[in-house]
Amino acid sequence: MSLRDSQISPKRKRMDRFFGAFCFLSIAIACLVLVYLLWTVVQDGAGRLNAQFLDSFTSRLPARAGIKAALAGTVWVIVLTGVIAVPIGVAAAIYLEEFSTRRTWLTNLIQLNIANLAGVPSIVYGLLGLALFVRWMSLDRSIIAGSLTMSLLILPMIIIVSQEALRAVPYSYREGSYALGATKWQTIRGQVLPSALPGILTGVILSVSRAIGETAPLITIGAVTYIATTPQGVMDKFTVLPIQIFDWASRPQAGFHETAAAGILMLLVVLLTLNAAAVILRYRSQKRRG
Amino acid sequence: MANPSSDPLSSGGSIVGSSGKGFARAFKEPLIQGLCFLCAAISIVTTLGILYTLLVETIHFFQSPGVSIREFFTGAEWAPTFKDAKFGIRPLVVGTLMITVGAAIIALPLGLMAAIYLSEYAQPRVRSILKPILEVLAGIPTVVYGYFALFHITPLLRQAIPNVEVFNALSGCIVVGVMILPLVSSLCEDALSAVPRGLREGAYALGSTKFEVSTKIVVPAGLSGISAAFILAVSRAVGETMAVTLAAGQTPNLSLDPRQSIQTMTSYIVQISKGDTPAGSTAYLTIFAVGVTLFLMTMLLNVLANRLVRKFRMVYK
Repeated sequence: MSLRDSQISPKRKRMDRFFGAFCFLSIAIACLVLVYLLWTVVQDGAGRLNAQFLDSFTSRLPARAGIKAALAGTVWVIVLTGVIAVPIGVAAAIYLEEFSTRRTWLTNLIQLNIANLAGVPSIVYGLLGLALFVRWMSLDRSIIAGSLTMSLLILPMIIIVSQEALRAVPYSYREGSYALGATKWQTIRGQVLPSALPGILTGVILSVSRAIGETAPLITIGAVTYIATTPQGVMDKFTVLPIQIFDWASRPQAGFHETAAAGILMLLVVLLTLNAAAVILRYRSQKRRG
Repeated sequence: MANPSSDPLSSGGSIVGSSGKGFARAFKEPLIQGLCFLCAAISIVTTLGILYTLLVETIHFFQSPGVSIREFFTGAEWAPTFKDAKFGIRPLVVGTLMITVGAAIIALPLGLMAAIYLSEYAQPRVRSILKPILEVLAGIPTVVYGYFALFHITPLLRQAIPNVEVFNALSGCIVVGVMILPLVSSLCEDALSAVPRGLREGAYALGSTKFEVSTKIVVPAGLSGISAAFILAVSRAVGETMAVTLAAGQTPNLSLDPRQSIQTMTSYIVQISKGDTPAGSTAYLTIFAVGVTLFLMTMLLNVLANRLVRKFRMVYK
């Protein structure tokens, strides 16, 4: 790229190399931290991760504690969150990208508001959920209250990624559909959504994985940490994996330290599986588009 | 249909001549559009809901016995659950700022450098390996970072530095810094790659090195995007909850010593939520007063950042 090496003074060359190395070092530090973190968690927790751990409830004795209730709670909360948040988020994105072709003050406001909401700390959503769902709607500390809170939390993210996926659909697809006499909704349903689907799905998976790892809002709405049953319905009390991990990690007994690590391993396995699915989806859709 | 984008909604029905279908469409299309609009409007309702609930409970808080607005802002002691309750939010704000500043000192320079490496130095192959690693780092739940800080960073610190407490602000700063680093680097990289190629090529043609192009052309040109990235990262650090709760502890004090335990606004909310505080009690109301302070701080930062982002988009589009 630059001129022939001989024309650059040794001092400038040295500076350039030094700076490049320094930049590389910054990113290497981040990667090393990740490796170290994963390694320590595996070291701490692998010994505790067995069938008994998966199939028992938490206990006062670290060796007997398991994550059955937390795992079941996470599945309940996340499935319900997805069912609530994904259709609403995608519909909102469709409105902003497809229906409101002319930018009015209202759509501008909504757009700006979504960008700002995405940056609101998750614990503030917890306070909203506590006042709105737990107290005002008297849903108590139930799965549905948790899922509604989580839905509000990940909605901005789902809307933003779905909008990006819709924007990536070439305009000619829409024109072709209109030319054949399709209405706006027929065009969206028949052409735009199917082509945007892989992108939307990737974004949805990433948003949902964020919800899986999110702890603070559910603590705020009062999810319990000690529970010895699996939930049977949406009005039941619940706990989730990250809360269980937090509880174990904040106990003083040394044994719980390993139990927490085993819980983290379980959580990371779930998240990595989902992320791998998102990467594969993205790769496939890129290949199809050629 | 010369211009399909102008109004396909009304013209669509007339082309497919069948009147029955057209009738259904005339109702169905606006209905679907209306439903989609309602979904988009939920975001506005959410913001209003946050503001409303936080403010109502905060007003209740200030009306409670023993609470004054003046003490809240100027008092130097935070002890809401004690018998002789004190409601000065300053220790929590100072704790939060300490974590934020510490994390920013670590994450902002490293994140920007990482972004420069990715956008200016890295070969495409190296980039395609490093970027997913950063994404994984960004996707790790915060409670995991908290565990990592408490059981692995803190013991190292305690070996290296004398008088470090089990819960300490330094460990919290480090772990929050690591946590926001991927955010800084990915947002900065977006800002850097938005700088037109022509600017770089002009500088290279004049014989500049990559270092000179990066620091004298690309970074200044992407400055508004970089500042937006920095502000968003700081806002994330302010709102970070689980990692600081586990690492930095639950001691609201005004100490600026990073070896000591502190309490942030977020970890106070967690502490109260974990205990079974009855609804309507003053301690229960405090979390909303603290929440509103937290919300306003982060909202201010986000609005500022979004403004800067729009500015850099306008310049290069």
